[in-house]
Amino acid sequence: MFDLLVVLIPVLPLLAVLVNGLLGHRYSHGVAHRLGWGSVGLSFGCAIAVFLSTLSTGLTREVVVYRWIFGGDLTINLAFLVDPLTCVMMLVVTGVGFLIHVYSVGYMHGEEGFTRFFTYMNLFMVSMLLLVMGNNYLVLFIGWEGVGLCSYLLIGYYYDRVSAAKAATKAFVVNRIGDAGFLVAIFLVFVNFKTLDYTQVFAQAGQLSTAMATAIGLCLLIGAVGKSAQLPLYTWLPDAMEGPTPVSALIHAATMVTAGVYMIVRNHAIYDMAPLAMTTVALVGGLTAVFAATIGLVQNDIKRVLAYSTVSQLGYMFLACGIGAYTAAIFHLMTHAYFKALLFLSAGSVIHALSGEQDVRKMGGLRSKLPWTHALFLIGTLAIAGIFPLAGFWSKDEILAHAFVHRHYGLYAIAAIGAFLTAFYMFRLTYLTFYGHSRVEPHAAAHLHESPAIMIGPLVVLGALSIVGGFPGVPPEGGWLHHFLGPVVGVAGRGGEHVRVGLVVALMGAATGIALLGWGLAHYLYSVRPDTADRWAAEAPRVYSTLRNKYYVDEVYDAVFVEPTKRLGAAWDWFDRHVIDAVVRGVGRLTETGSAASTWFEKYVIYGVINVTGYANHLAAWSWRKLQSGMVHHYAAIIVAGLFILVHLILIWWTGSFALGVAAR
Amino acid sequence: MTLPLSDIFAVLPELIVVTAACLVLALDPLTPSARKSWLAWLSLAALVACFWISASQMGVTVLAFSGLVILDPYAGFWKLLLYVVTGLTILLSLAYLKEERINLGEYYGFILLSLSGMMIMVSAADLLTIYLGIELMSMSLYVLAGFKRFEERSLEASAKYFVLGSFSSGILLYGISLLFGVAGSTRLQPIAAAVAIRGFDDPQLLIAMILLVVGFGFKVSVVPFHMWTPDVYEGAPTSVTAFMAVASKAASFGALLRVFLEGLGGLKANWYVLFLIVSVATLILGNVVAIVQTNIKRMLAYSSIAHAGYALIGMVVAGQTEAGSAVRSLGVSSVMLYLAVYAFMTLGAFTVVALLRKGGLEGEEIEDFTGLAKRQPLAALLMLVFMASLAGIPPTAGFIGKFYVFLAAVKAGLAWLAVVAVLFAAVSAYYYLRVVMVMYMRDPEPAEGPLPRLATSPALTVVLASTLGGVVLLGLFPNALVWVTSFAVLILK
Repeated sequence: MFDLLVVLIPVLPLLAVLVNGLLGHRYSHGVAHRLGWGSVGLSFGCAIAVFLSTLSTGLTREVVVYRWIFGGDLTINLAFLVDPLTCVMMLVVTGVGFLIHVYSVGYMHGEEGFTRFFTYMNLFMVSMLLLVMGNNYLVLFIGWEGVGLCSYLLIGYYYDRVSAAKAATKAFVVNRIGDAGFLVAIFLVFVNFKTLDYTQVFAQAGQLSTAMATAIGLCLLIGAVGKSAQLPLYTWLPDAMEGPTPVSALIHAATMVTAGVYMIVRNHAIYDMAPLAMTTVALVGGLTAVFAATIGLVQNDIKRVLAYSTVSQLGYMFLACGIGAYTAAIFHLMTHAYFKALLFLSAGSVIHALSGEQDVRKMGGLRSKLPWTHALFLIGTLAIAGIFPLAGFWSKDEILAHAFVHRHYGLYAIAAIGAFLTAFYMFRLTYLTFYGHSRVEPHAAAHLHESPAIMIGPLVVLGALSIVGGFPGVPPEGGWLHHFLGPVVGVAGRGGEHVRVGLVVALMGAATGIALLGWGLAHYLYSVRPDTADRWAAEAPRVYSTLRNKYYVDEVYDAVFVEPTKRLGAAWDWFDRHVIDAVVRGVGRLTETGSAASTWFEKYVIYGVINVTGYANHLAAWSWRKLQSGMVHHYAAIIVAGLFILVHLILIWWTGSFALGVAAR
Repeated sequence: MTLPLSDIFAVLPELIVVTAACLVLALDPLTPSARKSWLAWLSLAALVACFWISASQMGVTVLAFSGLVILDPYAGFWKLLLYVVTGLTILLSLAYLKEERINLGEYYGFILLSLSGMMIMVSAADLLTIYLGIELMSMSLYVLAGFKRFEERSLEASAKYFVLGSFSSGILLYGISLLFGVAGSTRLQPIAAAVAIRGFDDPQLLIAMILLVVGFGFKVSVVPFHMWTPDVYEGAPTSVTAFMAVASKAASFGALLRVFLEGLGGLKANWYVLFLIVSVATLILGNVVAIVQTNIKRMLAYSSIAHAGYALIGMVVAGQTEAGSAVRSLGVSSVMLYLAVYAFMTLGAFTVVALLRKGGLEGEEIEDFTGLAKRQPLAALLMLVFMASLAGIPPTAGFIGKFYVFLAAVKAGLAWLAVVAVLFAAVSAYYYLRVVMVMYMRDPEPAEGPLPRLATSPALTVVLASTLGGVVLLGLFPNALVWVTSFAVLILK
């Protein structure tokens, strides 16, 4: 029963993919979307049952579907591992996924390719579930590539925009660069452990040399950096916002991009052996958190701001992994899924209401027109900014506190700056969108409307989760979640030493203060004195334009990697096209020259010989006349005969000298 | 002198194929032009018979014709693969020749003759026999490449292929003659013995080895001997291109492995380096140049070059002197596995290309795939699967092929080579996905004329279903194939 439930979790959406994909054009949209969200809902139900069973028994179980690759010393099963970490990921993926599927019914209503959309979304669910449920690296990798492919197809969904197709390709190729690192890590794991099963690998992880553990850890990190959009491979995520908003919420905020975090937490046994790899993870995370936040300060596209905030929040999770706060990383992953999905979907509601407008400069004053959306977006903002006692406060505070308590003061400072920036740009976004006077264009203002219940419903649930979603992790380092995940992430890095309550409270106060400071600044700049921000921008044009242009990273990548590769390809292509022609032409010319030479030879030598012989035998031998019959094959025969004689002469001469040589020896 | 029956038994499939080829050629003038497909069915019947015979011969090892020909599981593996590929090519051609209005009976005769050459190549134990096989294969392919007689491009391809193919054959022959000079025989066994005596630093042996590398390098189209490939693949009729890209490459790899491992195994320290350089160059060039192609046949040509680079990695592993014989065997079987997988996905992709019609013409620019997903979602889905497999995305067969090759490399201590290959596999996603992009993410301009569509027919359905089945099933259940390759692998000394 348990096994069946586990297998059903990914199989249910897979069935929906097959049915919708193959028969979708035969029936109405109503059937298609019911299959879409229905299957995910059922698999959410299965996930809850599996979770409850795991909770009550406390067992870690493996479910083998079939032996996939075997032979020699290699055995890889298509199998699932059910442990607390899997349970948390499964619940987040199917739960948030279900809400977003329901929301999509309203959001995508009337769009072309409605059935196709649900097919891709369900295929994504299947891949993501394989990713988090697999019991070995290769099943993880199937899911890993699968989510990449679905992300590709969904980013390019609005293909009438040229930018969408470009963004899709960019996302996939950048991801594949990360995947290359991941694949190398898989091979290194196999060479060292002779297996790819998590349980066996992690049981032996202690025997790894530090150097090998570091190598594996760094290669895994390359994969994680690609998938989770961290420095230096983050560039695809903001562009990925070309996809429909539910896609941005599901794939590019709540689930797929967190795969890197999941993967690092899953492999913590290897990272625990490699302090250097850990430090790198923490640095990558910390730097990304601040770097992306600074770009987010000045963007005007509502979804792009959210995208940079996603990159930045993922940075926090990496930072948490890097300092050994694995539970905190998963905790933040979970709360982030709630409030970021909420923010994206509310933003989608705004975009929907404004007939597709995404530029915050053409919004403003929407609070009265979209009261539900406003309230929910505000909850999301409060949560992400880390205002007590919303979900984001607990998880973010835990990361900050962990960094401080374990004396990573530099990282703490970076994270604190990031938290300030986050609060600032999120409230900036809220003020620009919902407050002040309306800058909505007339045609959009004409049919401005609050979204239908099918969209608001899931938002309300996510809003509630964003408020209470932090409580499983309270009190910090000792909440229910910590006990639940404890067996998986081990005690390593959880400190163990008793932290004084006073310090905990002080750190919480500091975190809240930082968040309020950001809020206050945003309030001043965008509500009290709306002209100040522009003045500041004008006073520091260099800084402003650098941020506006995202530090020119895309341009640099283009100039350094993309263009040279293309140019190299074009140059080689030219070479291939022309060299081969030259060779063929050369051979032709050679043949021509050769034939000219042989014609000359024929004309003057052979004919000469023939003519002379002919003359000589003119009277004597009548039969020789046939030689002048003018038929080509006769001439050919003579040439062959001549060659024959010539070769024999040479041979005789050579053998003679050869014989002399032998004799001399 | 009478031939022992066991000799006849060893070459029975070859005899059947050659007989069928002659029969097709003889019957061609007698067949009314509307009934040319009968010749295709005749050819297919011969292939089925051969498949059955070769399959039943799989456990046997016989040295026939006083050591000219060997029948062993290794040869059997390649033959079985070649029958499948040829059978699918014939089915594909049934539809394609009709569309192109070159429905001539001798086509099937030449395909079979070419196949017989390939079969001789993979089961020859003598360099001259291999040479004979290569020539038989190539001569037929030269004719087939120029089969669209009224099209200049096709003739040009044929001429180029002929000139360069002869050139490479000449080089190969020169290498063979040098080896004969050393060993006093063209059989692989005496050559191996002579190599063992002469040692690996004998200049004449080295020159001969280099010449063989060059000659075979041409046949499997690896850098820098690849240049004929794009031009010929582009110009030849697409069904022939598919046949060349898949069958002739497989047969050439089959012969290459046997010659270098059995005949020149003693020189592996030397050819290991050569193949290493060649495979890296091939990976880089094939993948990078494919990026800028706009013609899908040219793109697939560079892709086939790149795939030869991946397969060569297995060859490099097989020549890695420091690796144990189990790892080296894995290298050999990974090449076999790779080419089997490659056969299905490449044939599938070429089938879609061949039958993609744009107003009666072949749609062979990548742009011609624009909007296919809307017009024919199933065809687009198939192409998506083939492209994903070529890019090596799991759980398709393409991933399994790459996985084994890279695994062999890592096990042999060539992790860096695997890294290079993995990186360029990442690059390859770019050009494979471009096809997907134009199919799924672009609508055709209304003014652009007729929309692309696939010229469907029952034979085509069989080809597409088989190739799709191969790509998906070999990805999900690779074990049968893995088992066969490890069973049929060359025994390394």
